[in-house]
Amino acid sequence: MPYVLVSPYFLLFAAFGLFPLVFTLYYSLYDYDLAGTTEWAGLGNYAELLTDEDFWNAVVNTVGMFFLATVPQMLLALMLANALNKRFRFRLAIRMSVLLPLVTSVVAVAVVFTQLYARDWGLVNWVLGWFGVDPTNWRAERVPSWIAIATMVDWRWTGYNAIIFLAGMQTIPRDLYEAAAIDGASRRRQFWQITLPMLRPTMIFVVLNSTIGGLTLFSEPTTFYNGNVDGGSQGQFQTVAMFIVKQGFREFDYGYAAAAAWLLFLLILIGALVNFLFVRRIGGSK
Amino acid sequence: MTVWRPTLMTRLMLALAIVLSAFPLYWMLVIASRTNSDAVSVPPAFLPGGNLGENIVAVLDNEDAHFLVGLTNSFVVASVVTVSVVVISTLAGFSFASLSFKGRNALLLLVLLTMAVPLQQMGVVPLYRLMVNLEWTGTLKAVILPYLLNGFGVFLMTQYTRQAVPAELVEAARVDGAATLRIWWNVVLPAVRPGMGVLGINTFMLLWNDYMWPLIVLTPDNPTVQIAINSLNARFSTNYTLIFAGTALSIIPLIAVFIAFGRQIVGGLMEGAVKA
Repeated sequence: MPYVLVSPYFLLFAAFGLFPLVFTLYYSLYDYDLAGTTEWAGLGNYAELLTDEDFWNAVVNTVGMFFLATVPQMLLALMLANALNKRFRFRLAIRMSVLLPLVTSVVAVAVVFTQLYARDWGLVNWVLGWFGVDPTNWRAERVPSWIAIATMVDWRWTGYNAIIFLAGMQTIPRDLYEAAAIDGASRRRQFWQITLPMLRPTMIFVVLNSTIGGLTLFSEPTTFYNGNVDGGSQGQFQTVAMFIVKQGFREFDYGYAAAAAWLLFLLILIGALVNFLFVRRIGGSK
Repeated sequence: MTVWRPTLMTRLMLALAIVLSAFPLYWMLVIASRTNSDAVSVPPAFLPGGNLGENIVAVLDNEDAHFLVGLTNSFVVASVVTVSVVVISTLAGFSFASLSFKGRNALLLLVLLTMAVPLQQMGVVPLYRLMVNLEWTGTLKAVILPYLLNGFGVFLMTQYTRQAVPAELVEAARVDGAATLRIWWNVVLPAVRPGMGVLGINTFMLLWNDYMWPLIVLTPDNPTVQIAINSLNARFSTNYTLIFAGTALSIIPLIAVFIAFGRQIVGGLMEGAVKA
């Protein structure tokens, strides 16, 4: 009987989990063309990808946007969580309002931000104009477009991560802080010496989540270019996920797209490992 | 017990966070309720106008977007997947948490591993080929079936059942001669209802917001709501009032769910984070 109860999940896993993974590997070893003919390619697709400037461009964009989004996001989320961890009236209402971005659909958010970043009438350039900054064409250049997309990601996820950090903070025993206070440790010192190290398991969860989400980024940059997966006129904000969709479903080169998908997986593994090691070192003097 | 009182800095920071969180949504409402010449004027208008109804009618009437179809389709897809995932996950979660069988830990580990693989991006080529071969491209089946696989759901419900259903309770029911499915229905389901709620809301939002896979496998004439917005965005990229009215329509159901279940969502997220 237990097997019967878990069987729906594992049947689905076979059909929509295992099968796509195995066949992605299989497809990646073949060359496809528009007419539907296939030819054994061995590791040819992988070799070609590794010398494909467009692929590397997508990798650089993805990693660049990941850092631009994640570093400020983690710092802001920690600060916000620390603030939320105080005593307040309207606690639920405040927590709900920082979660509001999460329940908004990604495409809707990206549409709004794209208008806010418009060169000639966007609010962002208007506000920057007060400080004498000339209007920026956010979409046309690499770093400005990354910044624009990173703010979309951060708007959505900072509150969520703050709530997760908050949950972690609330499991830290209060007497640790009381003992530290008796020893004369300042609030700031308590944060660095107690909160941060004790928060490490939560941080690992949050960072791994952000790594997977950030390296598979698709919706925001695609919507930023009006639903086109080219990622700007020079591909300046095309991510790897967009590259895969372009190769597979705009150029119909299934083998190439499948190989790129495996390389993306590799990138995620590397990213997850690096970030895991990094977080483990935070406050890890013990 | 120390009571941590917020300083002025803390208060200011929270106020700023709330304003920043709400602003893009407010902005959506402002543009969606104005005329397009307002939307592209500098300095911009900061208060809502009187054209909301008109703009919404324009979205619903737009022949390229099929917006009403999109809304309906998204409802169908999100509801079907949500109900199925909750049933599949509570069954499997009950089995993993309360029953002992050979290979249980290995299978549970497999569930955990599937959670870590971004299948949506990884397996996109064979999944698309599969849908082509089944002649399902352009149909809702193509955006429903792959999402029935939800490792997070099984994991969550396993954890939840472990905590909410004591082993003695299952044993007692068994001694009384209740069949396994009966125990699931009468003992487990009532106990894990809050977990089901969290999973249900989570799944509904995931499906409602999904973009990449429907963009690949559906066509603009039978879209989900995100694809309908995409059609507007691709064809009328500077007709902001039109697009914003569309996005406003698309988030109304989510905001409604959020307001109705805000307490459970916040609580569920925080509990889930500590358990994981």
